[in-house]
Amino acid sequence: MALGRDDVAAWLRALRVVYAENKTLLTDLDAAIGDADHGINLDRGFSALVAELDKNAPADIRGLLQTTAMTLIRHVGGAAGPLYGTFFLRAASACAGKQRLEAPDVVALFEAGLQGIVERGKAAPGEKTMVDALAPAVEAMQRSLGDGGRLGDILQAGAQAAEEGMKATIPMEARKGRASYLGPRSVGHQDPGATSAWLLVKTAAERWR
Amino acid sequence: MKKLINDPDRVVLESLAGLALAHPEILRVSFDPVYVVRADAPRPGKVGVISGGGSGHEPMHVGFVGRGMLDAACPGQVFTSPTPDQIEAATRAVDGGAGVLHIIKNYTGDIMNFEMAAELCRAQGITVRAVVINDDVAVEDSLYTAGRRGVGATVLAERLCGAAAERGWALERVEALCRRVNAAARSMGMALTPCTVPAAGRPNFQLGPDEIEMGIGIHGEPGRERTRWRPAREIVARMTETILADLPFERGDRVIAMVNGMGGTPLMELYLVYGELQPLLEARGITVARRLVGNYVTSLEMAGCSITLVKADDEMLSLWDDPVLTPGLRWGA
Repeated sequence: MALGRDDVAAWLRALRVVYAENKTLLTDLDAAIGDADHGINLDRGFSALVAELDKNAPADIRGLLQTTAMTLIRHVGGAAGPLYGTFFLRAASACAGKQRLEAPDVVALFEAGLQGIVERGKAAPGEKTMVDALAPAVEAMQRSLGDGGRLGDILQAGAQAAEEGMKATIPMEARKGRASYLGPRSVGHQDPGATSAWLLVKTAAERWR
Repeated sequence: MKKLINDPDRVVLESLAGLALAHPEILRVSFDPVYVVRADAPRPGKVGVISGGGSGHEPMHVGFVGRGMLDAACPGQVFTSPTPDQIEAATRAVDGGAGVLHIIKNYTGDIMNFEMAAELCRAQGITVRAVVINDDVAVEDSLYTAGRRGVGATVLAERLCGAAAERGWALERVEALCRRVNAAARSMGMALTPCTVPAAGRPNFQLGPDEIEMGIGIHGEPGRERTRWRPAREIVARMTETILADLPFERGDRVIAMVNGMGGTPLMELYLVYGELQPLLEARGITVARRLVGNYVTSLEMAGCSITLVKADDEMLSLWDDPVLTPGLRWGA
């Protein structure tokens, strides 16, 4: 199965619903080790995105992802705005000129997005950030792709690895972002950024079976 | 939650509308994108000085826009950094051809958003320099954290750099001054109560009836430790010792001192704190050359205070005394 423009739009619109449903969860996780705004900010950003898509939806995949990037950068704020903004900006570039996304293209989209987040946030795995969910997800997708998996299996593997990566942030001591100020007190809490990153991959897996 | 608001999602915008109505002779407010700018900007040939950060810390930063301080401020949502489009538009609005200084508090989000904005500005040929303020001694400075938070020293840096820019200093010199102020400044805060972000609707942390948080951040981030309430004298002594030992401040130093309220602390208590602070400093041979006592970097309605000391030289003191005319700070103008 290959994805078209409408499938990508459906993922973006589904993310709006998912982040609205998880607004309190993400904000509560952030309240424990950060500043209690992660869910609120993502909900505001993706609501603005859907409003923008309703008004003026780009005709191709790259345009959709670019609009997503610019809308998130404008409306999310915090660290999540530039981080997810950069994810979608790089994802857009990875999809340049493509009308359909085959399995390798989808993996390339997530690879590029992860690379953007790593560069913008300067975070490495193990520092209790969104990278801890996204990096294992991308690795799992690459493995599954290499094993000849179908798109649905690839994304399923990615979502499962993201979930494990997210849970693995619980015993970690934060070394980036506001949670790092807590030092050892950040241990025992699940990272809100890793959680929203898991939702990003999970929603793709559910939409793009 | 009981607050003087209409709609949690419109608090920042409605507050800015009031600010614009209250101080039309000093500043004006752009709403799309959101920033506050000096009424007479841009000033040809003058370096622009800009800061920004989450709302909820008023008067910082929007209340420090005006002659002798900030040329513009970019307010984000409550406790959330502003976005690159705001910062870029504000930078363009104050660029008088001499370049623009971004004064950034050391928070991951603030830095990323200002960095993205600076990239956009440079692409348009505007010279932008950035200085990160990181004066909070409550946070261990190590490779394994995002570094020390930017707190009270931001106000002093904005004031001194604003005065320098007003005198016509070049961008490199204003930037160097900002780094010098930051390097010579240390702060520490404490909280008696938490605060409630309007969009969250409930307090951002819990403190027992007789608990206090020493080393609190300005967004209610937990600090060094949670302890039982102690008399103000002991609390001030603890904070002062920590600050003095860190730089360190030494006998013979002159300082600008700020006793800052977190938003919900009566001025009566802030003066009481200052009354404890100055004798402590004098006993160690440190002279308070200038001081501020009041609410300058708040955390909504949090009760508590912070102390900031900056080791000052003659040039800083001279700049300090220059006229300033902003909603939150004014003298000589």
